[in-house]
Amino acid sequence: MANEKALRVMTRGWEVQQRVIGALLLREVLTRYGRNNIGFLWLFVEPMLFTLVITALWTATRSVHGSDIPIVAFAITGYSSVLLWRNMPNRCMRAVIPNVSLLFHRQVKVFDIYIARILLEFLGATTSFVALGLIFWSIGWLTAPEDVLQVLFGWMLLAWFGAALGMLIGALSENMDMVDRLWPPFSYIIFPLSGAAFIADALPATMREVVLYLPMLNALELLREGYFGSAMIAHYDIGYVILCNFILTLFALAQVRRVGVEAATE
Amino acid sequence: MIQLIGVSKFYKTLHGTKTVLDNVNLTIAPGEHVGILGRNGAGKSTLVRIIGGADTPSTGEIHRGMTVSWPLAFTGGFQTALTGADNLRFICRIYNVDYKKQIDYVKEFSELGSYLYEPVRTYSSGMRAKLAFGISMSIDFDCYLIDEVIAVGDESFRDKCRVELFEKRSHKAMIIVSHSHRYLKDTCDRFLLLRNAKIEEFTDFREGYEQYRLMMGGGIESELPDAT
Repeated sequence: MANEKALRVMTRGWEVQQRVIGALLLREVLTRYGRNNIGFLWLFVEPMLFTLVITALWTATRSVHGSDIPIVAFAITGYSSVLLWRNMPNRCMRAVIPNVSLLFHRQVKVFDIYIARILLEFLGATTSFVALGLIFWSIGWLTAPEDVLQVLFGWMLLAWFGAALGMLIGALSENMDMVDRLWPPFSYIIFPLSGAAFIADALPATMREVVLYLPMLNALELLREGYFGSAMIAHYDIGYVILCNFILTLFALAQVRRVGVEAATE
Repeated sequence: MIQLIGVSKFYKTLHGTKTVLDNVNLTIAPGEHVGILGRNGAGKSTLVRIIGGADTPSTGEIHRGMTVSWPLAFTGGFQTALTGADNLRFICRIYNVDYKKQIDYVKEFSELGSYLYEPVRTYSSGMRAKLAFGISMSIDFDCYLIDEVIAVGDESFRDKCRVELFEKRSHKAMIIVSHSHRYLKDTCDRFLLLRNAKIEEFTDFREGYEQYRLMMGGGIESELPDAT
């Protein structure tokens, strides 16, 4: 009997949380994109434009990336991945302050605010990635992925990484002003190192070993192998990525709990 | 029933830790109207936040056997880039209430008409307060939190608020924080004084108010309403 009751409480909690996250998501979409011009379509048009510009730039400059992979395929996988894990922390930073009064509605938790923003970034980046893939595939600039499931797996690992990092950076930024200022330059340093513009195999072995400590690069290599594996030699360690993500998640959840928010008083 | 057991709240400030609530015990039964007096910064709003669940106690426990509202007519929860209707829709989604059933009520009650479909940032503070009150009334709670008197809009609107809250919902529990002794005297049947982070209870309003006045060092008007 006790178990049944516990189960009911849990399902109820889950229902409430779903409702709250859904409501926050819609509120966020409306606030960010409004109802003017193309409205919520910006959610994925924006990352699509980013990726297109980078693709065009790299094509024009014939960037050296050290493989026979077509630049379009290379840019789309690389830049979409960056958008996925980098935008989540950006959106989570200082996310609580503007929403602090929502905590007066008891069912809304700090955690939900982060999850809503992370989900939104995930939806935007994923739609952009899939849409660009389909468009370029339909005009013949891109071949279909060799192993869709592996691409999906790599993508999900990246999303997990981004979500955990987002929550951690977000929660830290509430408690420490420094994070707010340090994260943007820091993300600029790791952006080029995370494989957007190269594949690990093209690096000298010693450097490759160092750079592969970045979990995003591992996940991206996995993803790219799924996309055009026969054209490259991929270097990654799935176990390492999962371990990193797991540890990061624990730290993130602990920090989110610590966000001691003094709800804004009127 | 709402129960606070040994609730304390500390805040870290630049000058060390400040105790806002010190081992507060309080039980509020269904239908009780509880008035809380206290000077600015005494922790009234903190108490309201803890009862409402927007803040958690540093130590101690709180049990909520009733549904508790957010602070009534609280305008801070609005996303001002969104319309009044959007904000209502958000609240309805969170509380699992049918928006279509509430929109007409809020439109009529708030007297906002088509402004309801304009962004809240274009509202005057009076309009915001009316919207906030209307939205508060569209969700049903067992216990209402009222932080400061609702002195919104013109005479007729205030009257409407009074009817809606103290007549139609007089059987609901209410926790009212205010500086206005008249308001508390008329509406409450229990009086608490928040002093030195502790709660003192007075069954007699005159006594409670006398203490409050003493605490304020006679800094407020000394006329006391005649006992009736």
